[in-house]
Amino acid sequence: MEDKLYEIIEEPIQLHKLVEKVQRREAGAITTFIGTVREWTKGKKTVYLEYQAYKPMAEKMLAKIGEEIQSKWPNTQVAITHRVGRLDISDVAVFIAVSSPHRKAAYEANEYAIERIKEIVPIWKKEHWEDGDMWIGDQLEKVAYPSGKPNVKGMNEHD
Amino acid sequence: MIKILLFAHLQEELGKDKLEVELDSISVGELKTKLKDTYSLTQLDQVMVAINEEYAINEDVIKSGDVVALIPPVSGG
Repeated sequence: MEDKLYEIIEEPIQLHKLVEKVQRREAGAITTFIGTVREWTKGKKTVYLEYQAYKPMAEKMLAKIGEEIQSKWPNTQVAITHRVGRLDISDVAVFIAVSSPHRKAAYEANEYAIERIKEIVPIWKKEHWEDGDMWIGDQLEKVAYPSGKPNVKGMNEHD
Repeated sequence: MIKILLFAHLQEELGKDKLEVELDSISVGELKTKLKDTYSLTQLDQVMVAINEEYAINEDVIKSGDVVALIPPVSGG
């Protein structure tokens, strides 16, 4: 299990282990992104979050994002872990590590990964506030799937 | 038989995490209409359907033995 590059887990994410998964002799850069649970969103105080995933498909979609990255930025290596279950404020929800020979590709690919996660990976977040809770479906407050389905072919086709 | 997996608010609306329907084959679009009528699900229009862990479109056909998942707009990250 240790060397799975794309994982949905329930335990806390071990950051250094994920970095090790992308460490290589030809890498000159490793970028990491850590998504954490924020306390305040639009003036509302979050008490805790609950994440749910369709695990086998979510891991498949994470792997697909990795493939997209490797075709856009050759010679990168990607590892992504997303945690599910109950997460408290400041807990790590998602960790993305990308290594590449030069830093530019590692930065760009890492940002691409988180944007794609928010588009195609079947994971849902439930906000728990002091006065209620709600499954969050549309974080950008625009129509979720303007083309009728998530853009599974790649971000370039947006425009 | 077709197995249908439910997540997030759909799971809570129906009070269960899966449904089983006795059908040989049905298109994704027809299945959505059927579910809307049978279970009075309100927010199915934005819900995507996956067949055997791959996103599907309304015209795709689901066959007996397939595992279908109803995928509300995602909010990971």
